[in-house]
Amino acid sequence: MTQAFRTTSGGRIDRKKAITFTFNGKPYIGYEGDTLASALLANGVHLLGRSFKYHRPRGIVAAGAEEPNSMVQLGEGATTEPNIRATQISLYDGLTASSVNVWPNVEFDISAINGLFAKIMTAGFYNKTFMWPRSMWMKLYEPVIRRAAGWGKAPTQQDPDIYDHMHLHVEVMIVGGGPAGLMAALAAGRAGARVLLVDEQSEFGGSLLSRKRQIGAKDEAGWIAEMVAELEAMPDVTLLSRSTAFGYYDHNYLCVLEQKTDHLPAAERVGKVRQRVWHVRAGQVVLATGAHERPLVFADNDRPGIMLAGSVQTYVNRYGVLPGKKMALFTNNDAAYEAAIDLQAAGGDVVAIIDCRSEVSGELVDAARALDIEILAGHAITGTCGGKRVESVEVRAIQKGAKVYTSAARQIKCDLVAMSGGWSPVVHLFSQSQGQLEYDEEKACFLPGTPRQAQQVAGALAGEFTLKDCLAGGYKAGADAARATGFTPKRKPAAPEIDEPDLSGIEPFWIVPGSRPIGEGMAKHFVDLQNDTTAADIELAVREGFESVEHIKRYTLTGFGTDQGKTSNINALAILSGILDKPIPKVGTTTFRPPYTPVSYGALAGRNLGDWSDPVRVTSIHDWHVENGALFENVGQWKRPWYFPKAGETMQDALNRECLAVRSGVGVLDASTLGKIDIRGPDAAEFLNRIYTNAWAKLGIGRVRYGLMCHEDGMVFDDGTTARLAEDRFLMTTTTGGAAGVLDWLEEYLQTEWPELKVYCNSVTEQWATVSIAGPKAGAVLKKLAPDMDLSQENFPFLSFKEGVVAGIDARVFRISFTGELTYEINVPWTCGRVLWEAVMEAGAEFDITPYGTESMHILRAEKGFIIVGQETDGTTTPQDLGMDWIVSKKKPDFIGKRSFTRSDTARADRKQLVGLLTDKPDDVLPEGAQLVFIPHSPKPMPMAGHVTSSYYSATLGRSIALALVKGGHDRMGQKIFAPLEGKTVTAEIVDPVFYDKEGERLNG
Amino acid sequence: MLNIDCPWCGKRHETEFRYGGEAHIARPEDPAKLDDAEWAEFLFMRTNTKGYFAERWLHSHGCRRWFNVIRHTVTHEIVGSYKMGEKPPKLPKSAGGAK
Amino acid sequence: MVKYSIFTIARNALTSHKNWPKQWRSPEPKSSYDVIIIGGGGHGLATAYYLAKEHGMRNIAVLEKGWLGGGNTARNTTIVRSNYLWDESAAIYEKSLQLWEGLAQDINYNVMLSQRGVLNLAHSLGDVREGVRRVNANRLNGVDAEWLDAEGVKDFCPIINISKTARHPVLGATLQRRGGVARHDSVAWGYARAADALGVDIIQNCEVTGIKREGGKVTGVETTRGDIAAKKIGVVAAGHSSVIAEMAGIRLPVTSHPLQALVSEPIKPVIDCVVMSGAVHVYVSQSDKGELVMGAGIDSFNSYAQRGSFHVIEHQLGACLELFPIFSRVRMMRSWGGIVDTCPDASPILSGTSVEGLYFNCGWGTGGFKATPGSGWCFAYTLANDAPHPLNAPFSLSRFESGALIDEHGAAGVAH
Repeated sequence: MTQAFRTTSGGRIDRKKAITFTFNGKPYIGYEGDTLASALLANGVHLLGRSFKYHRPRGIVAAGAEEPNSMVQLGEGATTEPNIRATQISLYDGLTASSVNVWPNVEFDISAINGLFAKIMTAGFYNKTFMWPRSMWMKLYEPVIRRAAGWGKAPTQQDPDIYDHMHLHVEVMIVGGGPAGLMAALAAGRAGARVLLVDEQSEFGGSLLSRKRQIGAKDEAGWIAEMVAELEAMPDVTLLSRSTAFGYYDHNYLCVLEQKTDHLPAAERVGKVRQRVWHVRAGQVVLATGAHERPLVFADNDRPGIMLAGSVQTYVNRYGVLPGKKMALFTNNDAAYEAAIDLQAAGGDVVAIIDCRSEVSGELVDAARALDIEILAGHAITGTCGGKRVESVEVRAIQKGAKVYTSAARQIKCDLVAMSGGWSPVVHLFSQSQGQLEYDEEKACFLPGTPRQAQQVAGALAGEFTLKDCLAGGYKAGADAARATGFTPKRKPAAPEIDEPDLSGIEPFWIVPGSRPIGEGMAKHFVDLQNDTTAADIELAVREGFESVEHIKRYTLTGFGTDQGKTSNINALAILSGILDKPIPKVGTTTFRPPYTPVSYGALAGRNLGDWSDPVRVTSIHDWHVENGALFENVGQWKRPWYFPKAGETMQDALNRECLAVRSGVGVLDASTLGKIDIRGPDAAEFLNRIYTNAWAKLGIGRVRYGLMCHEDGMVFDDGTTARLAEDRFLMTTTTGGAAGVLDWLEEYLQTEWPELKVYCNSVTEQWATVSIAGPKAGAVLKKLAPDMDLSQENFPFLSFKEGVVAGIDARVFRISFTGELTYEINVPWTCGRVLWEAVMEAGAEFDITPYGTESMHILRAEKGFIIVGQETDGTTTPQDLGMDWIVSKKKPDFIGKRSFTRSDTARADRKQLVGLLTDKPDDVLPEGAQLVFIPHSPKPMPMAGHVTSSYYSATLGRSIALALVKGGHDRMGQKIFAPLEGKTVTAEIVDPVFYDKEGERLNG
Repeated sequence: MLNIDCPWCGKRHETEFRYGGEAHIARPEDPAKLDDAEWAEFLFMRTNTKGYFAERWLHSHGCRRWFNVIRHTVTHEIVGSYKMGEKPPKLPKSAGGAK
Repeated sequence: MVKYSIFTIARNALTSHKNWPKQWRSPEPKSSYDVIIIGGGGHGLATAYYLAKEHGMRNIAVLEKGWLGGGNTARNTTIVRSNYLWDESAAIYEKSLQLWEGLAQDINYNVMLSQRGVLNLAHSLGDVREGVRRVNANRLNGVDAEWLDAEGVKDFCPIINISKTARHPVLGATLQRRGGVARHDSVAWGYARAADALGVDIIQNCEVTGIKREGGKVTGVETTRGDIAAKKIGVVAAGHSSVIAEMAGIRLPVTSHPLQALVSEPIKPVIDCVVMSGAVHVYVSQSDKGELVMGAGIDSFNSYAQRGSFHVIEHQLGACLELFPIFSRVRMMRSWGGIVDTCPDASPILSGTSVEGLYFNCGWGTGGFKATPGSGWCFAYTLANDAPHPLNAPFSLSRFESGALIDEHGAAGVAH
């Protein structure tokens, strides 16, 4: 294919480097430096897609982030991406792209039939219909709507690319690398500040990439090169191109998406980070985000070939492309005349300039006249013709304020319409930073008001629409930012001589009426091209009582497209202001929300995927468990062995074997994950007295006690044993999942409520590995490993601990028990965990020592009626509910939670209380979470009596057992209760929750 | 991402901290003396100020100290932070008291 | 009220839609009303509608400081379900869901209720226990509920990653088939139009600045548009409840926090149900426009700013990609925040107060949207009868004294 619309010279493309690419299956050639949009225009392709509602043909409108139309499906397979704007895709070799949401293709799209129903598909029409018959909404209407919905397609495969995050602190961050931003960076950089300059484009220069300007002795390209070179030479200045600041958050925190490889051919991307999100905290921010041109709103202003004038200029000057050969310019300002002049200079033909201002004058007007371009002042385009490309425009003389034009129409043939309704500063980030906008009547745009954060604004964003003002404003902003962060700016360089045209004013012209009132006839005045919102839709919304701009936006969907209304918001607001006959600032503006442009989920997630999404914690014995076939359970961030199946065993087989081993011989459990907190200080005992429900002052040194913790609301939130290591030192254990929360909670009370207590807490969870050996043979195993330790009942009773040497390792041994069997919990330094474990396995081999996991631990403790916090409790359970009155001190005047026990509901007799359940059929294992009722088979909603908290098959007892919370359960021993399950109802008897060894005789082996 | 000024460590990202809600709610000296309504007031009722608000933060991934911050709950402006037991900083003039 | 249907649309098309009436009037406030509702969001408008429809009251005003439906109604992730754990919650949310099911026809406004099924994922054995418990409770309460194992989850939502080696593997899920999503704006507008047709005055841009009381009883409000007398006042101000309460000298057990949400660019349909994971804070559905609508976790700090911290969003998207790897190249298009009023027990307050004639409907936290019809229905009953309906009696302020909290924290995770 030839590039028939490429100029013969000029532009920032590299004509020596041809690039082949494919669009909608057809191969094309472009040049390095092109965007997909410029390359397609060079090949004469304007029709890129279809509109959302009516499927009207649509083409390229703009040249950057503000583009409303030209979304494509980029790439194929696992790396395909939906909805990428052709104007923002740097062309690379092998690029493939296609139109989105068209079928069978963009040239012939069957859904264009929607256009016939356009009269019905007005704003909000779906609120008014699809209601009858009711059943058809889910069956027919909604499925049809959903099928039509959406633009491009998500990939169906895993993303092969990698993304990452970087954090950066700078004194001055500058957003926008146009003339103002570059000058700001220069000022701040020369002052010595750490500076970050980001720009969304492939290269710095901003508007100067599109316009020809002489700056002192340099042309625009030379000036940009000189600026960038000086900035790059500064060690504390970071320059990021292809980097979009998309979010401006509290306290000068900004997020930037850097596209690192999206412009490279596939082969050059391999192994590289695709996109990076920079998280920047800046002392000062200089916003130099420029301005977007506004379209004009006239009848059928959406045909391919109707473009923004400044974008035409960009395609001509930056990319060496003529978007059309016969151009009509429609404008309300004379800045846009430059587009005509530049197009003509590049070999195009400007057939007319249609200027809605009745009087036009000035340097640019004269220049256009000098080129023999016809200027139709006081005229407007009132209609367009053409199917997949504009072919002609209808032009009329206009009368100010008329609703309908009656003057004679003149048809002007053209293949390109450039339009300019003036410029809207890109206030998005400013608005995100909580700044309020102020409307400037003279410039006909919203400008930033007083910043709310440590921030400067410069350039077109600040209403500085000439290059001279941009350079001066940019330098000042950079210098002010540097000064505000403690640096002394260097003397301002002398202002260069700049060759740029003088501009006369803009005359707002928000909507061009047609030959019939808006909304009548078939012509459409589009305001939001992507969502097919027309001026008639806005009128309708107002007619129906929607007056707030937020209502209008939502009812008509203006600004809700992927472009977030960059070209449509202000026009919609102005049209609304006209309809309501209120000045624009009175109508309001809308909030601009992050992100400025869309950001991939992959980039936002960065590396926080898989095992990096949440730290995985493992014990020092973990590898042994893996090597020995353990299955694991996640408990908080920890991996804990769940059970250790042997070949051919079912889960239940394994559990039976593990439990029976503990009851009859000896089992071993890795208990390292239990939280351990070292509590020290002269007031440590008093502190424990306040935070546990039971008494601690008299606990002897070397002794251990079990304790329950409640929150102030009286509900149990953690439990564990605590040992007194010394007069002023305790070792507390907590649940695995609750450890961090308990430590925070202890410190909170110590620091905020009781600073007078001399107590100091320290997490030692990962200082001590814990191996728990349990069962009648536990003593025999330990004896082999610690021959010098006196394990006699008198010298090492239950609930005490000893320090000593176990398997050659300095250890603390605790006699506590969660299984009801004789148990020694051996703590050794974390790194010695596996050594100890293997020694225990070896010593226990003669007793057939059996490693067991959390599931068997749960069964064994349930046989004993011991609770698990979070299973028998759910944040609504008191110690009394658990039948643990015995652990609630009656003597202590106060402890955390005590006061709440006497509240009327908390003291109720029929609260849900912990009981045991024995099913009538011993083989029936109730599902955990089964609900219980006193009266079976009653109609729904059935009054519920409680639920099953734990339920297991107990090999020890040869039957099922369950724990449950049952209303008034403590007084219902022996009564029947029912679990209505899906398909059957299981009957059980309420019993004491201790199923095994009620007397506790097995504790001593 | 708030930038929170820990009195011990200086300004750090919000992600290093844990929030502790309204500040200066002292645990009653003798809870037993309170009736249920008074106890509920301590347990649950909160000022939930719209404006300058004294709140607690814990530098959980830093020095592990609790401290207080005066922050505006609409603008998120932080006036200052102060250690437990210290007096709060003065509010900006325009604030019109700790609202 | 002009009946909305395809026929009226077609008829109006013939006159270029020039004859549609206003969906609601913009009346000047009267000097006095029987009931003033403070807050023109979904809940407030629903309250006004049911007061008029069910209780025959006509002299009602809804005062809205901004534009109606502009608060949390416009900012949520539109999830509708009723599968709550506790009997009290299940009852009121189920009432709400039943009202949802006939709402479009009742108010003649298509709220686009799409009952495409809601999955609540379980990622740990504890989650599984909790999920099974909730399914059983729902079933006995007459709320439709199913438990799916991981394969069942995959069948119902094929793009979910159920790999056992995932950091937080999917072990199963509860499914409520009657759950789904609705079109949030339409709910507010539909109730407004229906209430207006019954004579309710909806007054926008009218900020309440004071609650007038005499002898412990409300007498009216002070507003930016003058004083208005009222016999009763119902406050339905969501995140701003505490601000109104302070005007009446009341403190509430409520704190306001940012809750963020986001949508992706519209893509062709890939997910046909609602997937929620309280454990990893992912809440996803796909709108009828093709956007992936996602809710994030709540920000920890108090705020009235309608914006949260960005790390909350990033964290959520990491978890999201674990569940839905194919979303990696989908792009976030817009994010925003609402102000949620949270109670200590994650359950709402629909209650009278110590001030006679002053009622509060607040504390819905992250779960308010789905409750809109039921909340309005119960609150209307309460205002009309000066006594709660049995459905909302448990949600009184007195529960904070008695301790009869309805703790939905552990049960529902973040109760989106």
